[in-house]
Amino acid sequence: MSIEIEHLNYIYGDETAMAVKALDDVTLTIPDGQFLGIIGHTGSGKSTLMQHLNGLLKGSSGRILFDGQDIYEKGYQLKDLRRQVGLVFQYPEHQLFEIDVFSDVCFGPKNLGLPKEEIEERAKRALESVGLSEDYYHQSPFDLSGGQKRRVAIAGVLAMEPKVLILDEPTAGLDPQGREEILTLIKKLQTESHMTILLVSHSMEDVAEYVDRILVMNRGRIFLDGTPKEVFAHYKELEEVGLACPQVTYVMHDLKEAGFTVDVDATTVEEAKRSILQALSLA
Amino acid sequence: MNIVKADNVVYKYERHDEEGNVEGYTTAVDHVSLDVKEGTFIAILGHNGSGKSTLAKHINAILSPKEGTVWVDGLDTAQEENLWEVRQRAGMVFQNPDNQIIGQVVEEDVGFGPENMGVPTKEIWERVEESLRAVGMYEYRKHSPNRLSGGQKQRVSIAGVLAMHPKVIVLDEPTAMLDPNGRREVIRAARGLNQVEGVTVILITHYMEEIVHADQVFVMDHGKIAMEGTPREIFSQVEKLKELRLAVPQVTLLAHELKQSGVPLPDGILTRKELVEELSKVCRSR
Amino acid sequence: MIRDITLGQYYQTESLIHRLDPRVKLAGTLIYVITLFFYKNFVGYALAIFFLATVIRLSKVPFKFMVRGMKSILFLLMITVLFNLFLTPGTPVFTLWKLSITKEGTSLAVSMALRLSLLVIGSSLMTLTTTPNNLTDGMEKGLGFLKIFKVPVHEVAMMMSIALRFIPILLEETDKIMKAQMARGADFESGKLIARAKAMVPLLVPLFISAFRRANDLAMAMEARCYRGGEGRTKMKPLKYRGRDYIAYLILFLFMFGSIWLGRLTLPMLMVG
Repeated sequence: MSIEIEHLNYIYGDETAMAVKALDDVTLTIPDGQFLGIIGHTGSGKSTLMQHLNGLLKGSSGRILFDGQDIYEKGYQLKDLRRQVGLVFQYPEHQLFEIDVFSDVCFGPKNLGLPKEEIEERAKRALESVGLSEDYYHQSPFDLSGGQKRRVAIAGVLAMEPKVLILDEPTAGLDPQGREEILTLIKKLQTESHMTILLVSHSMEDVAEYVDRILVMNRGRIFLDGTPKEVFAHYKELEEVGLACPQVTYVMHDLKEAGFTVDVDATTVEEAKRSILQALSLA
Repeated sequence: MNIVKADNVVYKYERHDEEGNVEGYTTAVDHVSLDVKEGTFIAILGHNGSGKSTLAKHINAILSPKEGTVWVDGLDTAQEENLWEVRQRAGMVFQNPDNQIIGQVVEEDVGFGPENMGVPTKEIWERVEESLRAVGMYEYRKHSPNRLSGGQKQRVSIAGVLAMHPKVIVLDEPTAMLDPNGRREVIRAARGLNQVEGVTVILITHYMEEIVHADQVFVMDHGKIAMEGTPREIFSQVEKLKELRLAVPQVTLLAHELKQSGVPLPDGILTRKELVEELSKVCRSR
Repeated sequence: MIRDITLGQYYQTESLIHRLDPRVKLAGTLIYVITLFFYKNFVGYALAIFFLATVIRLSKVPFKFMVRGMKSILFLLMITVLFNLFLTPGTPVFTLWKLSITKEGTSLAVSMALRLSLLVIGSSLMTLTTTPNNLTDGMEKGLGFLKIFKVPVHEVAMMMSIALRFIPILLEETDKIMKAQMARGADFESGKLIARAKAMVPLLVPLFISAFRRANDLAMAMEARCYRGGEGRTKMKPLKYRGRDYIAYLILFLFMFGSIWLGRLTLPMLMVG
């Protein structure tokens, strides 16, 4: 069980002179249960890629295999795919519409045609897993804070019980604490329910601590692919395409140049601290 | 008198129940006083809901204080007859780049403010050119705003305000909806306004790395000013900032953690360079 | 992408017609359309075709763009022609079963087809050569005299230009909301009419909320930039008549009187209906 993408291309504005290659020969395998961060600028193709994974966009050429099945094959049910690959878009305002939080979360399972008890059961479970208690069930989703709206939006997708959860910039517009809360929540979902998680972001610093693997997109192509440490080792190339590594990465490299024997692989403040303390005690 | 002065400002929102009756009040700004010297770069920090944007809207007379007074360039903003004068002297840039551009062509949008003020046609053109050059968007003057990136749109908005020749520009979370590149562009433009054009800048944000160059920082929490000082003074209180739901830049945090572990470092380290220098000093002294 | 669609189908090029003051083009279109209804013989139509062809030539807009506008009225055009052809009483020329084509019917059908085509091509020429912006400016100034009758000319023009700016943004947003709901299993395509109408709720609610929010933000941003209605406002790009505009007006009036005079002459063989 996995997602395999083979030589996927996506061109828009096909017949006009303005044709743009939004995805350019993307090949990628995402094993089950992985937490993958997809990083890139606005327009790098990262959001376009995500929309292919649940069939909202169809590639101009190439294949996508979901659990070994080609989703572009005749007779493949895109509806099934959308049930298994949940997609949470950037702004919760784009999906919240019901009179209260609980009914809004029920919308997804209702579309699956499940019996009423099952729908409510799922909605309750989903709201619980995003940390919203019963006090919120009958509030209007529009009265909530930014972070809470985001939770309701995530619950709305979780209630469909997907195997893969894709989140597009889930922290945009939140303040630092709100960001940390949402990211911790996502990490918890991955470890507890063994979902595959794809997190799209433009901030390396945000994802470095949480993800297993980072995919850097640039101009529709995969620019780098590896563990956070492997990716940040290319900090100079990343700089060239205008993406910044976490600040500690630079500090460690600066220190190394200044003659310290520190571990340049450190990607978090905690790791950097340990490495510097060690270097100082040796000095 | 200072360019912006707030004295014991209080602002309350009405809360309504389901029938629309007034249920009670939420105090968004709670007895805030502040003084801003002409030509300085001021930052107001705070998490979402701390009252920073509500305070900002008082400077442009979009909101009037329920108690206390706000003066802009000596004008009381609550006085009806000062309204347009205040709005011309204190310009405002908002968060959402799409919702503040009126023109269908970049240059026409920048001309919107001066048109409203009744500036003669020839002078409007001069102001538009000079403002677009100041934010580095002159080459895009004939473009449709819909084709620009978020950072470019915000720079157009800044130019639109600049063309009104204000003394103060309030930027209300101008970077909250932008990607890192866009954020850098906008902050650079804001610093340019302050240093080159000499405009007083008041930047409202929750990103701490954007305030490193400010002359003075106010941190808001629960409608009150919780901290006040230079960036260095503010950054040196890492624990307090965490309590106020703000994220300290990694360099400052790292320095703080090292200090906690017994490394003799000074408080409030702001840049990579400082940290490396200080650590080298520590190393040599051992 | 959706943001790239052009509204009002403006065709970007440099030409004398593009440079004309929008008020001239508005008045010209109005005159041209009115004259089309005055012709009683085919000489009038011939003159109108000649006039239109000359203007199209001058505008440098490829003819296929004009025909594009015709596609949408093709059905209407056919119905009109068929009705006139078969249902006009008079001297039969050709009889098919119970229906007969009359001499009068033929000439009426041709005249109607000509009138409709000329109408559509002529008015699309105006939108092809004038930016929406310029058009609203032209309407604001050209209809300024209506202010004495308390018609809020400035406000209406401002509303039109704001709408033109926000329509592409809202279209893009509609696309995003649709995708977000489809990802939750919403189905916008299948089902009966009532089911489909119900399926629109999850699309329309977020869209309306967003539109109101944008309107609110925009109003605040406009006030912050000292907008207080049309009073005391100056213009960055004021409309000013130039020599060519006066000449254009002169030609227009000559065309109007000339074509009506010729078009109403009683000429046997060339009469309509």
